[in-house]
Amino acid sequence: MNTPPIIEFDRVSKVYQSGGGPVTALLDVSLSIAAGEFIALIGPSGCGKSTLMRLIGDLEQPSSGTVRVKGKTPEQARLDRDYGIVFQAPVLYEWRTVRRNVELPLEIMGRPPAERRERAMSLLRLVGLGDFGDAYPHQLSGGMQQRAAIARALSFEPSILLMDEPFGALDEITRERMQTELLSLWSSAAPRPTVIFVTHSIPEAVFLADRVVVMSPRPGRVQRIVPIDLPRPRVFETRESPGFFSLVTEVREALRATENERVEV
Amino acid sequence: MSAPLQATTVAPQASRAVRKGLSARDLWPPLLTFALVIGLWELAVRFLQIPIYLLPAPSQILETFLARPAFLLRIGLVTFTNAVVGCAIGASLGCLVAALCVRWRVVADGLVPLAVAASAVPIIALSPLMGIWLGSVSPLSKIAVVAVMTFFPTLVSVYRGLVSPTADALMLMRSYAAPQRVVFAKLRAPAALPFLFGALRVCATLSMIGAVVAEFFGGPQNALGVYIKTQAGILRTREAWSAILVACLFGLAFYLAVVLAERAAMPWKRGRQQ
Repeated sequence: MNTPPIIEFDRVSKVYQSGGGPVTALLDVSLSIAAGEFIALIGPSGCGKSTLMRLIGDLEQPSSGTVRVKGKTPEQARLDRDYGIVFQAPVLYEWRTVRRNVELPLEIMGRPPAERRERAMSLLRLVGLGDFGDAYPHQLSGGMQQRAAIARALSFEPSILLMDEPFGALDEITRERMQTELLSLWSSAAPRPTVIFVTHSIPEAVFLADRVVVMSPRPGRVQRIVPIDLPRPRVFETRESPGFFSLVTEVREALRATENERVEV
Repeated sequence: MSAPLQATTVAPQASRAVRKGLSARDLWPPLLTFALVIGLWELAVRFLQIPIYLLPAPSQILETFLARPAFLLRIGLVTFTNAVVGCAIGASLGCLVAALCVRWRVVADGLVPLAVAASAVPIIALSPLMGIWLGSVSPLSKIAVVAVMTFFPTLVSVYRGLVSPTADALMLMRSYAAPQRVVFAKLRAPAALPFLFGALRVCATLSMIGAVVAEFFGGPQNALGVYIKTQAGILRTREAWSAILVACLFGLAFYLAVVLAERAAMPWKRGRQQ
């Protein structure tokens, strides 16, 4: 990698104060992410993967160590609107139509109405919701709502996309289709955004990512980084290829190692 | 972009989703029940020979109303105006203070629990005192009672609405680096609308009760509460009941106006079962 990393963690720790004393969510995490990379963060509950993502977005602050986003502090990156975010729940505002939900960030950023309308409609067409711009969120299925949320995150063309278990609430069939769609959205964007994708699902992480960051819990640490060298574009058949299976196994074993370690401790 | 993406699931038909208004099917059971109750009342009065000063028959009440509808509606309007003005003042102040509570949470911590308690207090009991402070004949004392009655429930509901957005919804705003006033205008305020209208429905009812009852403790001769009290006092129950009928009509009209405003203000709620 010749280009400087777009996101860099340098010995980052995060400690929460709770009723039962301090809880270490992240311990001494160092990690570099290159521009345009698709990174999956995976690990059991309590491994700090969501915390790691939120540190990038300046939605939480580290207790020690430094996080740099595009060479800036996460706060500056947030103020510069360098990232879009997608949560597990679609978090669409129910009083806005689907189109106006997608327009929301553009509206806050003061873009002219005609431009944001056009941008929202072209994104909705891209995610297959071209006919639903005037519908209200409650009229859409869960998968469609999450598509609208992705369109909203991409509306202002951020260079970083933070995704916190975005498909976690969807059924398996919808989920696999959404994975393929996300990849085609990602690869068709120029330049490709850097994606940080938090997930509980091993096949999902392997199918999507360039690198899978396996994390261990209590305290949250980076256990291993598994490079995924599967060819792109990844398609339906990718999931049935031997390479896919062996990588799934590799990630699964890395995850199991985190558990064994805990038992020994 | 490879193949165009497709929607995985079929959305509910737009026509069904935006269906609004009440159908005849929704309306006839309550209408039938109403007719039945009125019919039983009428029959009971006639066949049990209940004296008219105890309970006049619905037909007699209607007859009395129809004898001088203009007069009754005019005195009704005096009371109704107090109710509407009082409610507008109380609800507006409630919204304003709720917004201040969101801006300064310290204010909320001190005020909101008290407001919850105050909502449960029979504020109508203040009526005689309002009469002393603001003049028992003056409309101001009635408006003040209604304003106080409606202030607390509005404050409590609207505050709850303003703080109802989820952590994720707020975090989304933070990710856009949205300033506080934008968070208020584009997230908190619209999220509070259903809470506001919930409060206004209650307040519409409360304010008509407040305005009528406040007049029991004194008021101008041409007011509904005063008329009900004097007529009942000399056992002219038909006249009292005809005024009560007018109070019901104005109360219902107020409530209906709030419901219509609610529908107009929240198009996304239409067609969704409550």
